[in-house]
This record gives sequence, C-alpha cells and structure tokens, in this order.
Amino acid sequence: MTDTCEETLGVGLLCEGQHDPGTPPAGLRRAPSGVDGLTTEHLIINMGPQHPSTHGVLRMLIEVDGEEIVAAEVSVGYLHRGIEKLAEHRRYDAIGTLMDRGDYVSGMMGEHAFAMAAEKLMEVEVPRKAHWLRSLASELNRLASHLVWYGTFGLDTGGMGQFLYAMRDREALLDILEALSGQRMMFNYIRPGGVVADLPLGLEEKIRTFLSTFDMYLEEHDQLLGGNEIFQSRVKGIGVIDRGIAQCFGLTGANLRAAGVDFDVRKARPYAAYQELDFEVPLGTKGDAWDRYMVRMEEMRQSARMIAQLIDGMPEGPHTAKVPRVIRPNAGEVYASVESSRGETGIHLVSDGTEHPYRMHYRGPSLYAAQALEEILPGHLIADVVMIIGSTDIMLGELDR
Amino acid sequence: MSPIAVGALKVFAAIGLMLGNGVVLIYMLRKVLGRLHLRHGPMEMGPAGMFQTLMDVVKLLTKEDITPRAVDKWLFRLAPLMVFVPSLMAYAALPYSDSWRITSLDSGLLYTFAVLSLVPIGILMAGWASANKWSLLGGMRAAAQQIAYEVPLLLSVLPIVMLVGSANLGTIVEAQQGTFLAVLPRWFIMNPLFWPTFVLYVIASLVESNQTPFDMSEGESEIVAGFATEYSAMKFGLLFLSEFSNGFIVSALGVALFFGGWSLPWIPASWYAAAPIIGPAIFIIKTYIGIFFMMWIRGTFPRVRIDQMMQLGWMRLIPISLAWIVFSGIVIKVWS
Repeated sequence: MTDTCEETLGVGLLCEGQHDPGTPPAGLRRAPSGVDGLTTEHLIINMGPQHPSTHGVLRMLIEVDGEEIVAAEVSVGYLHRGIEKLAEHRRYDAIGTLMDRGDYVSGMMGEHAFAMAAEKLMEVEVPRKAHWLRSLASELNRLASHLVWYGTFGLDTGGMGQFLYAMRDREALLDILEALSGQRMMFNYIRPGGVVADLPLGLEEKIRTFLSTFDMYLEEHDQLLGGNEIFQSRVKGIGVIDRGIAQCFGLTGANLRAAGVDFDVRKARPYAAYQELDFEVPLGTKGDAWDRYMVRMEEMRQSARMIAQLIDGMPEGPHTAKVPRVIRPNAGEVYASVESSRGETGIHLVSDGTEHPYRMHYRGPSLYAAQALEEILPGHLIADVVMIIGSTDIMLGELDR
Repeated sequence: MSPIAVGALKVFAAIGLMLGNGVVLIYMLRKVLGRLHLRHGPMEMGPAGMFQTLMDVVKLLTKEDITPRAVDKWLFRLAPLMVFVPSLMAYAALPYSDSWRITSLDSGLLYTFAVLSLVPIGILMAGWASANKWSLLGGMRAAAQQIAYEVPLLLSVLPIVMLVGSANLGTIVEAQQGTFLAVLPRWFIMNPLFWPTFVLYVIASLVESNQTPFDMSEGESEIVAGFATEYSAMKFGLLFLSEFSNGFIVSALGVALFFGGWSLPWIPASWYAAAPIIGPAIFIIKTYIGIFFMMWIRGTFPRVRIDQMMQLGWMRLIPISLAWIVFSGIVIKVWS
C-alpha cells in the first residue's frame, strides 16, 4: 500500500525520514511565486476553530498566496471529550449514550456499531425484528443526517434558503425518531441485544405520510441547490479526491464512492436487515465535490426506498433478545462496523470479562476525510476551502470523540 | 429662507431618508427572507415584530464600542465614515420628483457613480486598519470587485445617456413620460434596445452594492465577516447602514433609468400638481420593489467565487457593454 501511495501522492507521505531535514516537505511552504518573478509574501491564516464554516470546531492553518491556498494543515481535538476512555469506566448498556455524542447527527449508527461489537463478544442472537428496527432507525437517521449536510453545504456556498427547507424535512424525521426512541438526537435506542422498544402505535402511518411527500421534497432540494448554475460552477471540479487518494487515506462512505470505489459496508459485510433489502449503491466517477453531492443526494433516495421496504416487510416477534441486567461478555477482542452517514463507523472492543470494556476504539470516518483535506486543499481558493470541507461532510464530534 | 437654511434642510432630509430607509429595509429584509425561508422573521417586538429594528438601533447605540489594541486607530475610526458619507452623498442627485430634488446636476448620473466608487476606499481602509487577516481579505476583495465592475456599470447605462442626450437624472426621467399603444408606459425598459443594458446594469449594480450573489467582501461563510469583522456597536451600524443605503441607491437609479422614475403614466398630470407627495411616493415604492427583487436573489442564490466574478466582469460584461454602446449608437443615429 505504501508504494502505491507514494506513487499516487507524489510524496513519501507515509514514510518518515525520507525528507531532507533542511528542505520543507513537498507541498508545504512553497517558495514565494508571483507574476514575472515578483515575489509576494504568503499569509498564514488561522481558520477556525471559531469560523462560521468549519462545521463545528475544525481548525486549519492555511498558507495563502493572495487567495490561493499553498499549504494547509488540519488541527483537530477541540471537541475531544474522551469518549474512548469514558467507555472503559461504563457498563456495556451505558455506552450507547456515549456513542450518540460521538457522531451526534447520526447517533443511531454509532449505537448500532457498538451494539454489534458487544453482541459479538456476548455471542447473543439478535431477533429478526430487532434487525429490521435497527435498519429502519439507521435509515431514518441517515436521511436526517444527510439533510443537515445538504443544508450546511448550501450555507457554505452562501445560499440560505435551502438550509431551512432541509430543516423542515429534518424536523419531520426527528419527530419520527423521537416517537421511536423518546429523544430527538441522543437516542440510546439500539442497545446490545436488540432495540429498546417496539414500533409505537401509529408510527408506521406517520412514516408513510412522511415518505409520501419526501420524494417530491427531495427533488425540490435537488433543484434548489444542484439545479443552480452558480452552485454547479462552484462545486464542479473542485476538491478532487480520486481513487488513489481516497484509498491511501482510508476514506469510506460517500467520499470514497464518489471516487468510483464500490465499497459500502451494507453491501460488503451485510448486517442487520440490509441483506434482505433492495437498494443500490450510487457511485461517482471523478471524485470532485459535485460527485460527492450527487452521491449523497442519490443515497437519500435509496434510503427513502429502504424505509418503505422496511415498513412494508416489518416482521413480527420480540424486539430484543434476553440480555442480563449487567452484561459481562466473554474475554476477547472484536471489531464490528456499520455504514454510517459518513462512512464506515467501527468499534474495536477488547473485553477482559468484567462488566466494563478493557478498551474501546472508535473508528470514525471523519478523521480520515479530514486528513485528506491537507492533500487536496493546496491550489484552491479560500472560497473553495469551505466548499470542500462541506462536501466531505466531516463531523467534528466523531472526529475528536 | 436663506439658501444656506434650505441647503441644511435638504441635507437633513437626505440623512432622514437614509436612516428611515435603513430601519424600514432591515425590517423588510427580515420579513422577506423569513417568508422565503418558511419562517416568520421577527414577531415579538410590536405588531408583527415591527419595532425589532428600532430595538436593534437602540442596542447598537448602547453597545460597547470595542477598538482592538492592534488596530490602526485613526483609520479604524475613519473607515466607517468613509463608507457612510459617500453613500449619503449619493442621495443628492436622485430625482425624487420633478420638483422635489436635493440638487439637479447635469452630470447627476456620473456624480452618483463617482461618489459610490468612493465606498470601497472606506472598505479597504476598514480591512487594512482592522489588523485582522479576514478583514484584509475582505477589503482587498472589495477593491478588486469595485475596480472590475465600476467600468461595466457606467458603460452599461451609456446608451440611455446617448438617447436622452443628458446625464441629468431628472431629464432622463422626463424623457420617459407618456404612453404608447394607449396603455403601455413609455419607460426605457419597454424599449428592446435597452434590454441588454438593463441586464448589464442589474448584474453590475448587484456587485456595486455588494449584494448576494456578489457579496464577496463580507462573504460570511468564507471570510467570517470580511471588512466588518472587528467592528462593533455603532461603527458596525454605520457600515451596515451604508450597505442598505447603497442597495437603495442602485435600485433608485435603476428606477430612474429604466422604470420612469417618479412618473406613472396612468395618473393625470394635474394630480402631481395638486399633491406633490405623489411623485416621491411613487419613486420610493418603485425603488422598494427593486429592492424586493434584490432580497429575493439574496434569499435564494449561492455566492459566486471571486475568480469567476472577476472573469465575468473583465471578460464578459466590459466587452459586451462596449459592443452594445457601438450598436445602440448606430441604431440611435439611424433612427433619428
């Protein structure tokens, strides 16, 4: 892998010690250039953690020549809450609440990954209905999460309207999720063994009502932003993350699929009800911001399709397996991952047989995407920076954990 | 009344108009954007939130005026005035009606563009003096966009000056009186020769007044708040106010140039004489309709990128407006 990365990136990014210590690494601190040999001074700007468009608290040091980025350095950790360490001091049934606060826009997927890891250790069989409810909750949450991405991506371009239109639909989704789990964002719905509660009465009807208008609204969204000529000219061709860069940096999710790599955990390692569902994995070709936009919009259509199938085919039976009050799984080490809204969210869990995990590692896709930013930003303008960050859909809560 | 007293009265009238516009337009902006965005806008202060802007003015006046330590103090204090005063000066030559006018300049159109082009100097000063890199970028953007779009803005309206034979805004409005085909007003917008002129004017004036999709110098999602980042309290208020005022001015110019200014052909001339307020009222209502369209654009469109905007200005608008001057010159010559 290292060799191909060096070829693709043109720098020994992964190999320490190759650079002559006297010269700065390639891509960084390029000699001042200008028209006709005129030298201009580069400006180093601190972008974030308090900047309107860094999606939370991402901090970047950007070196600019006029408005053109010469080098970028991503600095993370401003939202670090020690989720991994906290998990070592909690019982297995209480860790779901931490996962909600990781990727707080799509909490269901984080819970799901943890629940799957814990179930592998516990060797418990999850009932079929729980699988279906988990998929349903995840897909509803994916829609809510993608709508936030859609709205904030529009805000990054300077448009305001589509954000509030996206929030209108997200509001309906959050109502549904609240009816399902009792909470709007910090669900704690998917727990080791199953889900916390069955579908409440009347929710099925509510979801159907939502779906009946959602396809129309989604087309409206797509036209409002994607149909806008200015928007297209802003996103087409910028922030190209091609196949090589995406694979070298370990990108997953829509960022990887926009580069044309067909990898979706839901298809590659089917879990929950995904094996029984009929859905397509949209792929891009070039891997630019426009492809990422198109892939995510298509993912929303597919999610809506899946929700309809999940509602129609919802099996009967218990919604959770019998799980002891205090979970003491077998000693061992497992990894389980789900396809969250941003990519592969994985949990590496080490148990020593006690009621607390010995170690939990949270693999969030945003960290990988943020690392790739340093590679793709140079050469773009400041205005593109916020667009590229927006297009990668990084979530700082999950990045900093 | 002595001429000095009349002059002073007119200046105060202009300031009053500018401040009143600010208050009304901010409220209007909030309500229009609210309506476009599926929300209500201000609702709490007074009926339908009408007094919200007044409360904001009180807030701006009573807030602590922070001057950061690192700023260039003189430039920092001067900059809001350098933005505000030219914007106020531009009210002088607007043709509110045939009798109500602060001054009737033969070069009124050129004068208005000239004072408007002073605004970016103030913005550049604000950007430089703030000792903030985002402000500096905002100031530089303002300077670049202003230089690029001053030219097409002025060139775009020259065909009208050529047809009327005067750059006096009052004369231009008077040339648009009357009707044709019984009901249609004889406004310049009805003349196909001026349709490209109008499109060029709209684009260039959006840039000139720093409106979306060309609000480069403060593009909040990119460079925080641009040149206004370090400003607070009434200094910020002045910058904010002059932005609304500039929007009013370009819209008013558009009304005077293309939509018949104070005249409405269906109203008999005797009414104007009986109630001189009708002229200015029609003028301001038309201007507000223009501003409504600006707000509509603001609520819907994303922002263009700076290099795309520069390209549009230098590579498209200037050649097109030059070509259109030549073409319309020939047409006007042949016609008359």
